[in-house]
Amino acid sequence: MHVKIRGTEVSDVRLEIFEPPRFFEAFLRGRAFTEAPDLTARICGICPIAYQMSACNAMEDALGVSIPTPIQDLRRLLYCGEWIESHALHVHMLHAPDFLGYESAVHMAQDHAAEVQRGLDIKKAGNALVEVLGGRSVHPVNVRVGGFYRAPARHELEALTDQLERARDACLDTVRWVGAFEFPAFERDYEFIALGHPDEYPMNQGRLVSNDGLDIAVADFGEHIREQHVPHSTALHAALIERGPYFVGPLARYNLNFDRLSPLAQEAATDAGLAERCRNPFQSIVVRSVETLYACDEALRLIAAYEPPDRPFVEVEPSAATGHGCTEAPRGILYHRYEIDAGGSILDAQIVPPTSQNQPTIEQDLRQYVTDRLELPDEQLQWQCEQAIRNYDPCISCSTHFLRLHIDRE
Amino acid sequence: VGTLVIGVGNALRGDDGAGLAAAEVLRARVANDVTVESWDGPPMELLDRWTVAERVIVIDAVTSGAPVGTIHRFDASAAPLLDHVSAQTTHGVGLAQAIELGRAFGRLPRSLVVYGIEGREFEIGREPSERVRRAVSAVVERVIEEVAADAPEG
Repeated sequence: MHVKIRGTEVSDVRLEIFEPPRFFEAFLRGRAFTEAPDLTARICGICPIAYQMSACNAMEDALGVSIPTPIQDLRRLLYCGEWIESHALHVHMLHAPDFLGYESAVHMAQDHAAEVQRGLDIKKAGNALVEVLGGRSVHPVNVRVGGFYRAPARHELEALTDQLERARDACLDTVRWVGAFEFPAFERDYEFIALGHPDEYPMNQGRLVSNDGLDIAVADFGEHIREQHVPHSTALHAALIERGPYFVGPLARYNLNFDRLSPLAQEAATDAGLAERCRNPFQSIVVRSVETLYACDEALRLIAAYEPPDRPFVEVEPSAATGHGCTEAPRGILYHRYEIDAGGSILDAQIVPPTSQNQPTIEQDLRQYVTDRLELPDEQLQWQCEQAIRNYDPCISCSTHFLRLHIDRE
Repeated sequence: VGTLVIGVGNALRGDDGAGLAAAEVLRARVANDVTVESWDGPPMELLDRWTVAERVIVIDAVTSGAPVGTIHRFDASAAPLLDHVSAQTTHGVGLAQAIELGRAFGRLPRSLVVYGIEGREFEIGREPSERVRRAVSAVVERVIEEVAADAPEG
């Protein structure tokens, strides 16, 4: 991260991300449309399901297939597993140590073993769900365009109930725990974008909506949002053509969909001091915990209502078409667009992950955050900037101390 | 299980295959009362696997800046590995982190020794380098000596 300070002004903030390009969009060309879910799942070891879901949605959109409710419910259940895994890890292992002043979760565990253990137990419940539905807990293999290769039997899902109930109780403790953290006074006037669906807290379906009036079909993503290269980073930056940077992820979903959380999740949020609207990104750790609780609650609801579908998938025949898919990855909306030919070969692919959408917003946050704290010593400023970046749970925050801060003061 | 030896690593990442290579040789050479396992999954899951044993020896590749092939031996039951908790690991928790979390949770075996084999080349699709392979052979001999020398306490 590069911060340029001139006198008492921050004149430039650049988050320079150097990841070797992986050319996923290029090597998808020529592959069969049925391969997109498993190929793109390899983009991320933490959220492979998000890639599978967005890829399936896009292909099914292209080929005009509608997925029966029982299969949609199974997809939602699988997604709950990923949210639980991913959120539990970020809240307990990556973000909480920032708030409590520890170098890492390992250091925090010396004094807060119970909380770290609790986070790992919650994560395990998510792993178990993904393993049963996805075939294995890392890079699941059971998802296909049209549905699943195999639908679980009732008893296989019911066997998860106890563990998920314990995880749900544990999440209530976590929401209380993080709700009592101290949050820097920091708010900005964000445009939040998330999927919006009349009946459900968003995961797998809906329109793209924002608090500033955006309300578009997923297929119109490219009409309103542009990705661009910036010279200082290998990650693409996305922005609204009309209004610039925007915010995706748990805080966006929460602000736009509070009323669609389960009553238990709403109550826990309120008890933890979270208002229905929240513009402080540091409180995203509370929102993320509320969403973890919600995902446990929702998984239990889906399991209780589960009837195995007659067939685990819908047959999908290729034709020349273009399709769009967007789902809510743990970190925010993940957009896929594919163009395929009559035989089902992919001609063109576009993938817009949540981190590239948040990156301009992260830079703006840092600019304001640093401006208000110029008097801090560099080391402390670096710590707090890392904490501010981790508000977004970007993929780059996996490593505990990933940030090299260059402060150029004159 | 009295003694459990676990080779940790990724066979597809060059020198990171060191622990697995050692486990493979050891499996054929240790006495029947010693169990040898290979583990290429998340190190955190070792906390569940090693609860069955009184004494555990883990073999893994490490990078500390020492010359390639250097053999490190840590007695993790005697002293914390906090200084070796690398901040650079991506996607979660490395072996030293897993061990220290296990200690905090009270879930370490009574005796836990880590052999670290210094590696440098972690390229996809490669075998461990020559110097690492020689170190693997040396670690194999040391582990055989160590498990034969004293039966686990208690």
